[in-house]
Amino acid sequence: MTDATDASADTEADDAARPDGGTPAYARNTGEFGVGEVPQEYETGERVTAHRSTGERIVEALTDNKLALAGAVTIVALVLVAVFAPYVAPYGPEQQFGFMQEPMGQSTADVDGDGTTETVTHYLGTDSFGHDILTRIIYGARISMGVALATVAFAFTVGTTLGILAGFYGGWVDSVIMRYIDFQWAFPTIILGVGIIAVMGGLGWLNVVVAIGIAFIDDFARIIRGEVLSIREEEYITAARAVGMGDARIMFKEMLPNAVAPLIVQATLMIPFAILAEAGLSFLGLGVKPTTPTWGLLISDGRQFVSQAWWISVMPGLAIMFTVLAFNTVGDGLRDAFDISEGEVN
Amino acid sequence: MWRYITKRVAHAVLVMWMVATTVFFGLRAVPGGPVRGMLGQEATEEAVARLREDLGLDEPLAVQYVEWMTDLLVGDFGTSITSSEAVGTLVAQAVPKTLSIAAFGVTLGLLVAIPAGVIGATRRNEPADYAATIAAFLGISMPAFFVGILLAVVFGVWLGWFPVVGYTNISEGVVPWLRGIVLPGIAVGLPYAAGVTRMMRSSLIETLDEQYMRTARAKGVGDSVRLYKHAMQNALMPVVTIAGIQLALVLGGTVTVEIVFGIQGLGRLLVDSILERNYPVTQVAILLISGIFVFMNLLVDIAYTAIDPRVRYGGEQA
Repeated sequence: MTDATDASADTEADDAARPDGGTPAYARNTGEFGVGEVPQEYETGERVTAHRSTGERIVEALTDNKLALAGAVTIVALVLVAVFAPYVAPYGPEQQFGFMQEPMGQSTADVDGDGTTETVTHYLGTDSFGHDILTRIIYGARISMGVALATVAFAFTVGTTLGILAGFYGGWVDSVIMRYIDFQWAFPTIILGVGIIAVMGGLGWLNVVVAIGIAFIDDFARIIRGEVLSIREEEYITAARAVGMGDARIMFKEMLPNAVAPLIVQATLMIPFAILAEAGLSFLGLGVKPTTPTWGLLISDGRQFVSQAWWISVMPGLAIMFTVLAFNTVGDGLRDAFDISEGEVN
Repeated sequence: MWRYITKRVAHAVLVMWMVATTVFFGLRAVPGGPVRGMLGQEATEEAVARLREDLGLDEPLAVQYVEWMTDLLVGDFGTSITSSEAVGTLVAQAVPKTLSIAAFGVTLGLLVAIPAGVIGATRRNEPADYAATIAAFLGISMPAFFVGILLAVVFGVWLGWFPVVGYTNISEGVVPWLRGIVLPGIAVGLPYAAGVTRMMRSSLIETLDEQYMRTARAKGVGDSVRLYKHAMQNALMPVVTIAGIQLALVLGGTVTVEIVFGIQGLGRLLVDSILERNYPVTQVAILLISGIFVFMNLLVDIAYTAIDPRVRYGGEQA
């Protein structure tokens, strides 16, 4: 309580010091130092650092950290490649060439359909059906990254909502939600995903998103709950209540924007885990079954041929590795910039 | 201390009860019921009714639930639908394989991660630190099954040092058993080691910057005593927590790695049972993997009593 009174006294003093015509006459500082001037002996030399928005801080973190910047550039490139896959990929995903061609192997075929044959190079080789592996990886990026982003968006939304509710209302709401969150970690991510797929049946990408996303809810819920618990006591929340704002508006318009930075960092850190989890489910044959395979499926397709044609499995695996690495460097850079300690991640 | 341990055990039991309950209700929430799913859409109504009766699914939910719980308590895990073997037998064959791989992976992971983290923290920004950091970064960026495939290609196919498929029981000799689990063990251990290394490094760096470390230096405590007695004891605590939580990565990793190396462990059992819609096996496999994870973390919590004096003397209520 003493904190609150101290703080409000400060604000009054600040207001009085401002050359503000709106201030009532009795509150105006029109003494010997003139309107709005601070007597010299009260000059402390302290300055409040200029407010920087979350977006500005993210940009700053990325430009300061070379590694994170490289990661961010890679991610942008990967997303563009995935979006424009039909234009970027050298061939069609179902086009067939010679079986199990080595990386840099060439095949002679009528690629552009003009009636004459050309010699083309398969930079990453071909698989057991003669599909060009580079092409398949480029198309696979769409599902693999799309599902990962959707998964994190899902976990972000649900987890944040649960966490805000728990922190804001406290009491039994908090107990119920946090008991659930505590209990959820008893399932390793992939086991939870596999179990949910068993219940819902696999195949659809939405099922996969929910199956993996549920495992990530707790991370977001825990973080935002902690933030809300401290924000709850701030004056602007009391003020918001005083002017009659509803609970929902206070939670999502007043509290959430002030607690969003750690959530964004967490989201960046969770994307690589989502990519790995999606690849794991696909590898097990429990993921999305699209017409063009995902990275996990590509690895699984090549598994039985590792002794004859290692590149079928290894190339998509490297694709996963570089993508995850790029996201990890960005996530790590942001975590350092926002000074969030390394905590539970799985 | 005993109060703390009792509390932890009670919590673990409660979590396991909740896991068992969730698995029970979860699989019964399948649209159309698990039986319809198992037999497929074209199965006749009689066939569905018969299987439902065989599995006891025609009983009221409450009765089924009590039966499920009592069966679990006496260790009766039901019968597999596809092979009509007792689920208990199937699981008993699978658990040692999964545990061998996981144990090898964790041991190896910790043996690599702790020294690597210490080197990273004590030789900050030196080549050794960069090497450890890059290795750790690569480690957390590769799925366990991909590490497994890489290892299989290099050490199995090209060099021929280790078998690429299968598992040998320890009863047939320790060396063949070890040879069988080395590659899968490394595959699950590497991502684990990467996570622990990073935690060890950042935790130790934080501790080394503490005031009391400077005090120790000022009063003339030697380098190694300062590092291993003053700093490590405090730095290890968050590492132990992470080492426990990250076990999820190892257990999740074994599921995919068992498929890579064709080992009939718990993960393989789980995935096969889901693909065959053999739900009595599915529920027990999920329950067991979670059970192993919860039990391991219980052990970690108890290990805290040894390393954290606050817990040892009963101060910490957490």
